[in-house]
Parts: sequence; structure tokens; C-alpha cells
Amino acid sequence: MKLTGAQIVCEALVREGVDVVFGYPGGAVIKLYDTLIDYPIHHVLVRHEQAAAHAADGYARATGKVGVCIATSGPGATNLVTGIATAYMDSSPIVAITGQVPTNLLGRDAFQEVDITGITMPITKHSYLVTDVRELPHIMKEAFYIARSGRPGPVLIDIPKDVQAAETEFDYPDEIELPGYEPPLEGDPQLIQRMADMINAAERPLILAGHGVILSEAEEELLALAERGNFPVATTLLGISAIPETHRLALGMVGMHGWKHANQAIQRCDLLIVLGARFSDRVTGKISTFAPDAKIIHVDIDPAEIGKNVEPDLAVVGDVKRVLRALIPLVQPRLCVEWITDLLRSKQQYQDPQAFQPKNGRLTSPMVIREIWRATGGQAIMVSDVGQNQMWEAQYYFHDRRRGLITSGGLGTMGFAVPAAMGVQAAYPDATVWATVGDGGFQMTIQELATIVQEKYPIKIAILNNGYLGMVRQWQQFFFERRYAFTPISSPDYLKLAEAYGIPAKRVSDPADLRSSVEEAMRIPGPVVLEFLVEREDNVYPMVPAGASISEMIERHMVEEGA
Amino acid sequence: MKTTKTIIAWMEDKPGVLARVASMIRRRNYNVVSLAVAPTETPAISRMTAVLECDASQEKLVGLQLRKLVNVTNVVTDLTPDKAIFRELALIKVNADASKRSEVIHLAEVFRGQVVDVGPQTLTIEATGTQDKIDSLIELLKPFGVREVARTGPVAMLRGTANGRGISGNGRKAEQ
Ligand SMILES: Cc1ncc(C[n+]2csc(CCOP(=O)(O)OP(=O)(O)O)c2C)c(N)n1
Ligand SMILES: [Mg+2]
Repeated sequence: MKLTGAQIVCEALVREGVDVVFGYPGGAVIKLYDTLIDYPIHHVLVRHEQAAAHAADGYARATGKVGVCIATSGPGATNLVTGIATAYMDSSPIVAITGQVPTNLLGRDAFQEVDITGITMPITKHSYLVTDVRELPHIMKEAFYIARSGRPGPVLIDIPKDVQAAETEFDYPDEIELPGYEPPLEGDPQLIQRMADMINAAERPLILAGHGVILSEAEEELLALAERGNFPVATTLLGISAIPETHRLALGMVGMHGWKHANQAIQRCDLLIVLGARFSDRVTGKISTFAPDAKIIHVDIDPAEIGKNVEPDLAVVGDVKRVLRALIPLVQPRLCVEWITDLLRSKQQYQDPQAFQPKNGRLTSPMVIREIWRATGGQAIMVSDVGQNQMWEAQYYFHDRRRGLITSGGLGTMGFAVPAAMGVQAAYPDATVWATVGDGGFQMTIQELATIVQEKYPIKIAILNNGYLGMVRQWQQFFFERRYAFTPISSPDYLKLAEAYGIPAKRVSDPADLRSSVEEAMRIPGPVVLEFLVEREDNVYPMVPAGASISEMIERHMVEEGA
Repeated sequence: MKTTKTIIAWMEDKPGVLARVASMIRRRNYNVVSLAVAPTETPAISRMTAVLECDASQEKLVGLQLRKLVNVTNVVTDLTPDKAIFRELALIKVNADASKRSEVIHLAEVFRGQVVDVGPQTLTIEATGTQDKIDSLIELLKPFGVREVARTGPVAMLRGTANGRGISGNGRKAEQ
């Protein structure tokens, strides 16, 4: 059967199980759109292509499936760039399809021509410029395979207009031929045995779970390992929800704004078992003082992560789930009594009690987050933005749901939460989805309120309005003598704005109204905007200054009088 | 501390592959000292010998990061003179009028070079060998006036029957 390039794209999407795509039309994809409308694929019209990429990313992170976004050539394609980079840094599987000028105009600076495969080369796992329609079926197949297999990541397919229109015999390949691509899955059994020996010999073992645990769907195996040896489990920011956070053995997040007891656990352990994490500077702080007493085991599917930032004593290259499955029977059941009792005692001081005190009668962000946690029973899919609000969300919401936190870690992209939440809600129409955002980040992708309304996504948006680009302000307070250079930020009247979009909204400033407002929002079936006027100059504690040892935390009592 | 590292990489001969390699090298903050790329005995597979400058602490990663590129099929990084041979080709254009000609030709012969072009004022010598050998030839020709040098950068090949199945897809070093 002869099909056009556009039909081949759609056929491939259907065969790859894609039921929703996020995009924005334009001249270079008009043919594709004309075809797409006849297929059983729902197209979500975003209001800016950046949001299409974030939504595809959110969809992918929430489901483990490949998210798809579409944009036209030139500005449409460049608008995707931030979203693609965000997905790349966090190993999220998306396929981005862009239109391109016709092949006979390539390289001639035609209208809306941009070298998007060139621009995105360092931020994609792979990319294609399709110059012959006959290549399209296997390119589509490969793109999805590459995006989701091994260490996942974004793949871009740039399709010139004439290729979308050209016809060829369609035959979707069953097999993939990629001689250079064979993701390592099984860990070396000998190394796994050594790993078990090291674990069995350790007195103070600690597991550090990263995004890789979630990406390989190894949550059950992680729990089984932890419970078998009574091993405490700390997580990176993206590792949050790898273990239910209310689990007895869960220590919470480590790193720059990690919990004191979790960072201390790293500094005191004699064996650090790092699963699917990449030793980001936000986790390690000063590397030479990181986990000084520990032997380090690093399990990762990406061999190029081994020794990149921290040289492990033992590395097992492989899929975390498979490695753990092989490992668990080799690990001796035990209790590690002293070590764990000690840690669990310091975990009691988990929360900074001051964070919950109203300041000058005003709300604080931790109070808001904790109230959302209470109202949702820890079962919401939380989608957080970037800044102080992100750290408070990570600290004060206990994520018990699998894939229960979606956030931009590696790139730290402000404006991520609202569009990513759309992708999450598209995947799970009935799930409780909260987007928690700062007043700065919200204004970066505020236009997506229209998409939310058009798609009837019942997303609850909590704006933590502190009147500042708060995280930068915090750094200015600590390290730049309180010179708040261009960090105060004004906001529109969010109630009027929400009203203009047709979204119910409420402003909350009195701590006494917190509970009823959150509960009311939960009762409303559609989207809701809640604006919380929170303490303006509150800080995220503890804080490890950039480049300092994770033993050197700035704590509230060191900064604030009477705290 | 910077160090130089020679690697061989095999890659699918597809548009943009070299750009990907270059992009990776630049992004990871390595420097290209030389690159030699050409077709191989296998259809649609090219071979690259690259000399890169990188931070000593990153030396081990270069091959793994190259190997991550989807179109790169194989990488060998363990290239020491006892395990591999290195050869480079150079064209050296030297000032040599009639009075100096025989002296220059003699020098070239000592290095097993060949004269490939003779002009009234110049001789062009083709020389192959290790980098060191070519460096010293150029050094010796300098007094005559070296006008132009074109070097390919080294190409490398493992000795004996070792076939260069270096870093396999799972990132472990296979038998060499
Ligand atoms: C796109 C983008 N631009 C700039 C930054 C740098 N940045 C990090 S946090 C932050 C402040 C965020 O302010 P807001 O959204 O109000 O959140 P808050 O920290 O106040 O909770 C800024 C500007 C960023 N992360 N992303
Ligand atoms: Mg703010």
C-alpha cells in the first residue's frame, strides 16, 4: 500500500501506541496536520511549543511511555529547544517531530528554515533529518526504540515538507538494525556477586536511589533490597518516589537542600550503594569530601556515567531492575540495628518545625505543601516548578505514589510545571494532579491556562507567591549581602486572570483559610488556581552552599534570630 | 592536567555522523588535535583515528562517550605503541633551488621520503611514518625554508590479529 510521508508518521504513531500528541501547527507541518486529524490520535494544541515539549516530557515521566510533540519549522522548532534540553538532562523519553523546508531549499536560508538537528545535537540522544520518504518507516521505528531503551532520552525527527507529501510503499519494520546501539541490560554476574559481598560486609550501608530506579521500574526490587537488609534509602531529587516516602526506611532527599539526616547518612555510611544516579554537583557538593568513609558501588545503565564525577570502588553497568533482581538473593537478610536506629532517630527531626510556623501571621510555603500532602494523602501526582517552591515541595510532600513527583532536575527549567502537568493529566485523566509553582515560574508558561481550559484538565495549580524570584533572592541574601538585584517580581491579579480564562480561583493569605481552600479546590471537578501569599523572605533550609561539603549545611538557626 | 589520547572509532557512514562526533567532543570540553576519517573494508562503515586533548581525569570517558553516539559502532582506546602501529602522511614543500636540490633529496631519502613535485624554486616531499619521524624530518628541513606542510594526522591499527573489537555496546572492554 502506498502512503504519504505524513500518513507514515501517523501510522507509526498508532503502531507505537501513541494516543496523544502535543503540538502547534505551521506551514511546514500543514500536510502532517491535515493527515493527523483523520487518525485516532488526540492532538493537544498548546499555546507555545515549549509547552508541547514539556507536556510530552511530563507524559513520559508519568507513564514510562514515549511522549510526542510536534512543531513547525524555524521558530516552532526552536521553541521546542528548552523542552528538549529539559528532557535530555533528566533522561526522559520523548520524540519531537518538526517540519522542515522542502529538501530542494535545504541550506538556502529559506523562509523559516533552521538547522534544528544541528541546534539540538548536544541535547538529543539521537536525531534524524529525513531526506527520503522511503527511510521514514524505519526512522520512526528507530526513534521510538532509541528514545525509550537503555538510558532514555529525546529523539528529534526533522521532516521536510516534500517528504511529508511524497509517497512510498509502507511497511512498518518489525526489526531494528542499529549496529552501534546495544544498551547494556544484564549486569555482570561476577560483579553482582562482588556487590553482594561488599553489602554483606558493610556495617553502615546506605542506598542512594536516583531517577534510574524509576526509569527501569525497579521500585519493587529497591524495596525488597532495602527491607531484606534493613538498609536506609536516601534519594536524589529525581529519585523521589522510587521508595514510598512514608516508608520506615526512607530518609528523603539528599544534596544541596537535602535533609540534614540524609546528608549526614552519606557522610557517615561505610558503603554507599548508588542506583541509577549520576553524582550531580547538587547531590555531592564538594566531591573530595563526599562520603569520606564509604566504599561506593555505582549501578547505572550508562557506562559513560561510571567515574564521570565520582570514581566508584565497584561499578555494575546494567539496568537497575535486572541488577537488583540478580543481587537480592545474594544479600544476607539482617537488621543493621545500631546504624538504622541511629538514623531513624535523627529522621525524627526530619522537619524543620520553624518552617511550619506562620511568620508575622503569614503563611509559609512548607505549610501550604504539607496541607496539600494531607489533603491528597500523599497520593497526588505532584508536578513542581523550579526555585524555592521546588525544594519545599520535595521536602514537605511525602510522595507515596509511584512516579508521584515530576520535576525538572538537571536543567532546572522554570515554567516546566504547568505544561508538564498537562502531559501528566493527559496520561491519567482521573488522577489528582497538582502543579506547584512560584510566581516567577508560573509567569513563564502562564499562557497554558488556555490549553488547560480547552482540554478540560482538572489540574490544581498552587502558586506560591512570595513576590520574589525567591531562590535567587535567597542566594543574594546569603552570598551577596542582601542586594536583591532584580529579583523582586510583580504579579498580575491572578484571580482576574483565572477568571478571564474561566478557571475558578482563590487567594489565600491567612493560615486559618489554608485547609478549607485546599479542600474546596479538591472538590471542584475542573482546574483550579490557588494563589498563596506566602512569607516573602523565607529561605529553604538546610542549604549546602555551592561547592561546599555536604557536611557544611546552613541551617535556619544560624541565620535567623530566635529560630 | 591535560593529556592527549589517541582513539579509533568505527561509525556508520551516514550524513551528520562526523558532526555528532565533533559536537560531543566540543560539549565535553575536549580538544581535537587531529582527525583522520575514511572508508573501511566494511561497506558503509568509516573509521576514524582521533588524537584528542582532554583533562587527565576524563581520559577514560572519551571512548565511552563516543560509544554512546548511536551511529558509532565500535571504539578502541587502549592504543599504546606496543599494542598498535601509528602512521601519518605528510606533504612538505621546501625551498630548494638548483643549488640545494640534491641536499634536500638526500635528506628525504634518509627518511624514506619521496619527492612528488619539483618546481624551479621548490621540492615537495611525501613522507610517512610516526609523528616523531615526521616532526624530525620537518625540523631538519627548516634551515632550507619550509613553505607549507600538510599532515593527515596519525591513523592507527592494532598489531597482530587483534581486530579492534574494543568497547562493546555494554561498555565493557571485550577481548582484544
Ligand atoms: C528558565 C529559567 N530562568 C532562570 C532560572 C534561574 N532561577 C532559578 S530559581 C529562580 C527563581 C524562581 O522564582 P519563582 O518562580 O518565583 O520561585 P521561588 O524561588 O520564589 O519559589 C530563578 C530565576 C531558571 N532556573 N530557569
Ligand atoms: Mg517567587
